[in-house]
Amino acid sequence: MSVTIETPNRPRSRKQANWEKYGWLFMRVSGPLLVVLVFTHLVVNLVLGDGIKAIDFAFVAGKWADPFWQVWDLAMLWLALIHGTNGMRTIVNDYTEKVKVRKALTTTLWAVCALLILLGTLVIFTFDPCPAGASADLLASFCPAA
Amino acid sequence: MADQAVPTIDSFTVTLFVRRFDPETDQEPKWVDYDVEMFGTDRVLDALHKIKWEQDGSLTFRRSCAHGVCGSDAMRINGRNRLACKTLIKDLDISQPIYVEPIKGLPVEKDLIVDMNPFYQAYKDINPFLVANDKPEKERLQSPEDRARYDDTTKCILCAACTTSCPVFWTDGQYFGPAAIVNAHRFIFDSRDEEAQVRLDILNDKEGVWRCRTTFNCTEACPRGIEVTKAIAEVKQAILRGRV
Ligand code: HEM
Ligand code: SF4
Ligand code: FES
Repeated sequence: MSVTIETPNRPRSRKQANWEKYGWLFMRVSGPLLVVLVFTHLVVNLVLGDGIKAIDFAFVAGKWADPFWQVWDLAMLWLALIHGTNGMRTIVNDYTEKVKVRKALTTTLWAVCALLILLGTLVIFTFDPCPAGASADLLASFCPAA
Repeated sequence: MADQAVPTIDSFTVTLFVRRFDPETDQEPKWVDYDVEMFGTDRVLDALHKIKWEQDGSLTFRRSCAHGVCGSDAMRINGRNRLACKTLIKDLDISQPIYVEPIKGLPVEKDLIVDMNPFYQAYKDINPFLVANDKPEKERLQSPEDRARYDDTTKCILCAACTTSCPVFWTDGQYFGPAAIVNAHRFIFDSRDEEAQVRLDILNDKEGVWRCRTTFNCTEACPRGIEVTKAIAEVKQAILRGRV
């Protein structure tokens, strides 16, 4: 049933500069921002207008043609990923005991986060709904070539 | 007069499951059950005494004052950290056995006794003493308002109920823990003390206040009713603002 918890196995590391204060602040600033960003996103996409039936390739293309939604989605992407990754880092710090394991896991977390942010940002800004040279039957109906 | 019956006082029998561990014979702690006859005025500490004095003298636990002052007998009773000497048996659900375990997150030495040294070390690390550099030639005056700022955190008896109820402390025991922060708070917000900034720097550590996840376990556990989580939040704010 209950588990015996081992002795604190390392002396507390002391007096190293650290960013925990800024991490803590970031979680509290990004949290409320995410509430606004995510719920507006959900309402706009799933409830307003034709609701969920409106979502198709053209819907996404239309949103990303507007700089307002580009910036909106960019903010959501960056904040959610950094917030989520930093939250996971907190949990890793809780449950890992070996310094090497901790390092490996947090490095992996931030690498995945950086990759996703990079790819996401790239998509938001380079998204082309009507790529030149694509075969006509694959293109959306509003493309001139279709 | 003489033949008038002395009114009997109602007693009841309760079962206690005590988490026992003898480092000389046991590999792992084990639950051992005892039936004891108790009265409405009896506390968990009385039940433990009764077991030790009447059933098994080898049962080992700490207690000193027996009145909620010394902080020796924090233990996990029915899954919650409490002082055995302040927990009335009748306030627990006595239709069920009562489970008594050592507080979690500190190494068990024997039965209900844990090694408190890591806990005291965190306490020592926050410099729990008044630092004032002027000569103490006259009384250091303080307004009632200034005194009120840290009144709550003066009540701590270092029982460790809060720190050992904290899931962050359980994970790896590196976190300073609520009790150390409470006792830092007691001096950080004392207008006579001159080293608030030093203590704030200490608690800005990787294992300092930022590890607190606001679960409120500490506030719920404190037998002195200290608003522990609030005190931690005030220390966080003081670090963020750079002043107390
Ligand atoms: C929707 C609004 C959100 C709010 C208001 C919010 C708020 C917070 C706050 C304040 C914390 C810090 C908790 C603490 O240190 O005690 C936190 C932790 C965390 N958040 Fe969020 N968050 C939100 C969305 C998200 C999203 C979208 C993700 C995932 C991508 C996420 C993943 C996490 C994780 C993994 C943690 C760490 C949990 C832990 O400390 O145990 N959160 N969140
Ligand atoms: S703050 Fe309360 S629970 Fe924590 S050590 Fe002090 S008296 Fe015990
Ligand atoms: S024995 Fe002193 S506080 Fe319980």
